[in-house]
Amino acid sequence: MEVFLQQLINGITLGSIYGLIALGYTMVFGIIGMVNFAHGDVFMVSVFIALIALLFLTTWVGLSSIALTLFLVLIVAMLFTALVNWAIERVAYRPLRGSFRLAPLISAIGMSIFLSNFVQVTQGPRNKSISPLVQGEFVLLRQNDFNVTLPYKYLIIWAVTAVLLGCFWYIVAKTSLGRAQRACEQDQRMAALVGVDVDRTISTTFVIAAALAAIAGTLYLMNYGVVSFADGFTPGVKAFTAAVLGGIGSLPGAVIGGLLIGLIETMWSNYVSIDYKDVAAFSVLAITLIFLPQGLFGRPDVEKV
Amino acid sequence: MATHADETRVDVGRALKDAGLTALLAFALFLPLIGFLTVQDFSNNLVLTTRWPLLFSIVAVIGFGRLAYALFVAPRLAARARRPAAAPAAWRGAVGRWFVPFAVGFVLVYPPLVIFTAGWGSAVKWLDNFGIQILIYIMLGWGLNIVVGLAGLLDLGYVAFYAVGAYSYALFAKEFGLSFWILLPIAGVLASFWGVLLGFPVLRLRGDYLAIVTLAFGEIIRIVLINFVDLTNGYAGISSIPRPTFFGIPFNADDNGFAAVFGLEFSPVYRTIFLYYLILALALLTAFVTVRLRRLPVGRAWEALREDEIACRSLGINTTNTKLTAFALGAMFAGFAGSFFAARQGFISPDSFTFMESASIVAIVVLGGMGSQIGVAIAAVAMIGGTEIMRDLDFLKTIFGPTFDPTQYRMLLFGFAMVLIMIWRPRGLISTREPSVFLKQRKAISSDLVGEGRG
Repeated sequence: MEVFLQQLINGITLGSIYGLIALGYTMVFGIIGMVNFAHGDVFMVSVFIALIALLFLTTWVGLSSIALTLFLVLIVAMLFTALVNWAIERVAYRPLRGSFRLAPLISAIGMSIFLSNFVQVTQGPRNKSISPLVQGEFVLLRQNDFNVTLPYKYLIIWAVTAVLLGCFWYIVAKTSLGRAQRACEQDQRMAALVGVDVDRTISTTFVIAAALAAIAGTLYLMNYGVVSFADGFTPGVKAFTAAVLGGIGSLPGAVIGGLLIGLIETMWSNYVSIDYKDVAAFSVLAITLIFLPQGLFGRPDVEKV
Repeated sequence: MATHADETRVDVGRALKDAGLTALLAFALFLPLIGFLTVQDFSNNLVLTTRWPLLFSIVAVIGFGRLAYALFVAPRLAARARRPAAAPAAWRGAVGRWFVPFAVGFVLVYPPLVIFTAGWGSAVKWLDNFGIQILIYIMLGWGLNIVVGLAGLLDLGYVAFYAVGAYSYALFAKEFGLSFWILLPIAGVLASFWGVLLGFPVLRLRGDYLAIVTLAFGEIIRIVLINFVDLTNGYAGISSIPRPTFFGIPFNADDNGFAAVFGLEFSPVYRTIFLYYLILALALLTAFVTVRLRRLPVGRAWEALREDEIACRSLGINTTNTKLTAFALGAMFAGFAGSFFAARQGFISPDSFTFMESASIVAIVVLGGMGSQIGVAIAAVAMIGGTEIMRDLDFLKTIFGPTFDPTQYRMLLFGFAMVLIMIWRPRGLISTREPSVFLKQRKAISSDLVGEGRG
């Protein structure tokens, strides 16, 4: 029971990070119907940007307040990652609208390979690790020599995720930008006819997706304190799994899917086998796509001739 | 006439402004990752160092490149776009006709040519790095071409079947001492069995989902290879795998070795030459089977499936069987290539079967032109041969410093090339198609005549 409780806490934390990345997949898929294969690597780039911003602020500027540093790192990472994703959309995806069906996916795979190798070449292949930023924990339950703990950093992750998801929900549901986005999702030509700037809406979607990935990236850096150029691939596939499980195109689905994948992964590591923990997520992906392609909250995919 | 002149005049002010903006954007984009470098100091703490000269030179190159493009290249492209498209030159047809026999002839005489020009000493390197290595990728490219190029199923886990072939050869040869010639077909059968097994559940999926699920399966197989230590020896891999023999005669310095039996002086080159012709034969077999299958109903069904799955189904083509045969055949050739790879290396480990390997094979197929065998071969030569040449270029080291490793840039270029090809020539470098079915007259179809680069 204690172990289960602890894994529940771990799983929700991991799931928050997956959920934030999954939102990026699901938004982009919703609006242009494309699996943005490079999104995992955009996440990885955001972790590196956060790492560099953190080192800049702590060692060069000499900030000592952890809260302020984290806040600034988050802002910097969101800005630069948004710029990166905006540029990627302009260079690699926009010219391909109207090309054959697999073209954007192949281009995205190319971009994913490019990004991870770019980081490897520019920042080196070794793991980058920092000392833990936030230490300390609450002890929730003490039983049979096993402490169920809730580290402070988990609380930060939960709080940041919840607050920013709220802001994000407000943008999508209440602002004119969100309306334009939903209009483009339903019918791009019709949206253009009623005066929605489709290109700009799609660009904004990529910018928001990247900002969410950067939040996940900053939290990831704070939680694990280590990153390498190859760290985009596996979280990317898992977050994609989360998006598919929740029903791709559905925003609440992505968050719930992320939490589910986080829980499945931590429970699997604990009760089945830690060596095969990635197999669990990959199998969930395959099983969902085969038996439940519309996911938990998605609309069934109707093929029009 | 006057309006024509106006259109070709270049607006220098606008070009300058545009270049300035591009440079500014490039500066912002590259500032974090190129401008700063994180390094570990002596006490293992990460510290930040800067690379301003590198950042500014890259930004300058991008800015001036953009300016040069706007001033010199863009007007010319615009002028060319206004001219009506010219008919393909006659020499192209001649080159097209003689290219394949010439290329096959060249690869056949390549080993003696190398020995005469480079001498026995360095022949191994030339045959191994530039011959066998490239041919393995050509064969993998051709195998994947069946799945991606002909049937239009984007398979991102192709390397899994390569791994199945390699591990089945390695394990059977070590445990049961079976010979290469018996295990080659077994490896092919096992790989295609896995192809069907993995292909079956994913066949109903749309193109991009299929790609991701095949990727997941590829990763699952790799994770199993890493963790199933009892069978595969995990990360450490399998070493001292028996090498292939010349119909029972081993390539070693013994009395019953190849050199002794044929009365030659012992040299490691003989084994390399043998391996070269072996992989050449396997690659040509792949090409031959593909060319012949394209004329059979199943091959035509593959291409029809690539063009339009719904139309295919309404014509009564069994799409499940069609897809499965493509998967199984593609996997079989990967299995052959895998068992050759294990036999040639003598050592295999899960490191050789990562997603990056799949991605490079996909890149070769995509760059060469999906469906075009010549294109795939040219792309493999350019990509694999190109990186091998870069490895040897010493002057690059004098420019970029002694730690410069060009092979690091290989995947960087692959990735970028994939994006560029999708934008400029979505059908790949060789985009002209020979129709497999034609009425009375055979005509090549240029890519400009096919709407939107579909198919």
